[in-house]
Amino acid sequence: MNANNSAELLNPAKQNDVSGPEMIGAEILVHALHAEGVEFVWGYPGGSVLYIYDEIFKQNKFEHILVRHEQAAVHAADGYARATGNVGVALVTSGPGVTNAVTGIATAYMDSIPMVIITGNVPTHAIGEDAFQECDTVGITRPIVKHNFLVKDVKDLALTLKKAFHIAKTGRPGPVVVDIPKDVSFQKAPFHYPSDLMMRSYNPVSKGHSGQIRKAVSLLLEAERPYIYTGGGVILSDAAAELKAFAELLGYPVTNTLMGLGGFPGTHPNFVGMLGMHGTYEANMSMQHCDVLIAIGARFDDRVIGNPKHFASNPRKIIHIDIDPSVISKRVKVDVPIVGNLKEVLVEMTALIQSSPARKNQAKVDAWWSQINEWRKKDCLKYDRDSEIVKPQYVVEKIWELTKGDAFICSDVGQHQMWAAQFYKFDKPRRWINSGGLGTMGVGLPYAMGIKKKFPDSEVVTITGEGSIQMCIQELSTCLQYDTPVKVVSLNNRYLGMVRQWQELTYDKRYSHSYMDSLPDFVKLAEAFGHVGMRIEKKSDVEPALREAFKLKDRTVFMDFQTDPGENVWPMVQAGKGITEMLLGSEDL
Amino acid sequence: MRHIISVLLENEPGALSRVVGLFSARGYNIESLTVAPTEDPSLSRMTIVSIGSEDVVEQITKHLNRLVDVVKLIDLSDGPHIERELMLIKVRAVGKEREEMKRMTDIFRGRVIDVTDKSYTIELTGDAAKLDAFIEAVDKSAILETVRTGTSGVGRGERILKA
Repeated sequence: MNANNSAELLNPAKQNDVSGPEMIGAEILVHALHAEGVEFVWGYPGGSVLYIYDEIFKQNKFEHILVRHEQAAVHAADGYARATGNVGVALVTSGPGVTNAVTGIATAYMDSIPMVIITGNVPTHAIGEDAFQECDTVGITRPIVKHNFLVKDVKDLALTLKKAFHIAKTGRPGPVVVDIPKDVSFQKAPFHYPSDLMMRSYNPVSKGHSGQIRKAVSLLLEAERPYIYTGGGVILSDAAAELKAFAELLGYPVTNTLMGLGGFPGTHPNFVGMLGMHGTYEANMSMQHCDVLIAIGARFDDRVIGNPKHFASNPRKIIHIDIDPSVISKRVKVDVPIVGNLKEVLVEMTALIQSSPARKNQAKVDAWWSQINEWRKKDCLKYDRDSEIVKPQYVVEKIWELTKGDAFICSDVGQHQMWAAQFYKFDKPRRWINSGGLGTMGVGLPYAMGIKKKFPDSEVVTITGEGSIQMCIQELSTCLQYDTPVKVVSLNNRYLGMVRQWQELTYDKRYSHSYMDSLPDFVKLAEAFGHVGMRIEKKSDVEPALREAFKLKDRTVFMDFQTDPGENVWPMVQAGKGITEMLLGSEDL
Repeated sequence: MRHIISVLLENEPGALSRVVGLFSARGYNIESLTVAPTEDPSLSRMTIVSIGSEDVVEQITKHLNRLVDVVKLIDLSDGPHIERELMLIKVRAVGKEREEMKRMTDIFRGRVIDVTDKSYTIELTGDAAKLDAFIEAVDKSAILETVRTGTSGVGRGERILKA
């Protein structure tokens, strides 16, 4: 028995439903994507999805972008989703199409990005027979999706797609895979697409428990050393404005995780910087020494709190707001858990604070701020500004200046990612686009091209390194074909910098396989792809080169910055250490 | 601590592997697992026995609840409940052993459901500890085959798990 029957009982036909005549599965899919308002689909055709591509050929409501590798299709759609909050859609064929997409799906899953990935499969009668380009798609993707479906009957297709979009974007968002065997794509069924959906097994909460919210507010109002710690959840739930109002009303210090940057303005006086392994001294010290901590859409992960035993050694009351109950008390015991949509909970808390009698803790909070300002004096993000060798931090600072802090910054993974996070001050949400959870090298360029498609008039910059960029460099070709002129800033230190840094600090400078010899001439490479290439070797050339690149509005520019190969990311909390056990520079070694 | 978690989930292909995959992916332990459709054929009821600290079991229930196919669940061990497991055990039964095995089966309120001149197959129902006790009580070398269903459970009285 198919459980879609139960869904049908729960979902009688409604007025706003979209209905149509009998059509083939591929056409049902295209109509469903139209009904969902999909603007772009990134994909790659193959045998199992040819009926679908044939229907895409006949429509012009959404644009299809042909990538050069399926991984990039998922990353590009993921980047679009991160920048817009809409569901990103990717389409790949069976077998290797799916396995190539897996890295992209896992990347989106770890950062809770709403996506629907359509995968073709061999015809239903061939499933399990080791057919050509067959793989167990739902099996392979099961641990890296919010949910997945194998559609075996064309009659279930429309409702399944509706469920997929509904699941992807509600509650804690995440990627959903819909696997469509080839025969389902050419069999016929009447088209009926429901306008809304009830599922008995899936009802994410949104409103927080008011008793818990009251408890949290009274803790906050009595705090002596309060601290607001926010993560990617604030971005995902579009709660940045509500967070700002909440934090300003209280006047408490705020830190962001790597995923949370832009959730609170980076230039705001209450902002103490990013926390964690490469967080600021003041952010980590405050995290350890606060007496009331409110965690908002963050998950106390290992890169944030370091050693959980060390973290727990200082007693503090913890309030934790998240839409996903499984995040709460996973790594850190929480005193006041609040499950709900952050935006709604923050609005409720702010109103409650406004109607509360005046706080009596101001003197204590002032003293706490003085302490934080003392910590700030360490100037933990200092670097050698006089160096004639190009310092990577300097490049990021200049990008921030020249783009007036308003560019979409798509990062790859490694040292450059940390420098971008530390030195580009994000004042708005959805501007900082990076793979925080899975840490996927190669996302930067596809992210940028996904975002540029949606925001053609905005500056979209990939900050990358010569290691990461080579993992998806083939997409320079897609950028030309689909007119997505992005700016690639490669901080080229000839090393897999973060690996080299760990080897320097922890493996006695045994630089095992972290040096890249025989790098391509990136200028010629960019030119071969039809773009503009630049090599920048001196500090004095950094700003003029960036200015020139940003002037070339309609060209993709690849900037190969020859940066200091020995530069390290500071501060650093080494793996397994407590978050206040920071190295602030090579002098601490 | 041993926990018995009862789960109502959509009777859909793949639902079982989602549950099992969750346990292996997150390193949780499964002592036993039983599953079958309910009176509503679109729903399956699953009973999972797991051993873990309170914190771990809290995470297990939260992660199970997060699965889209899971409609509802309870930790039966949180309150009064009944648990049963069925065991079919084939034992050697020759000579003096025949009488001894029959007596042991009666003591444990089991039934002999298949007989040959060399063996008995005994059906035994009870909680897992009772079945363990039977295995302990009989001569190990006489056991030819043991088949256990794993624990099923239900809350006592008004405690009901329904969609």
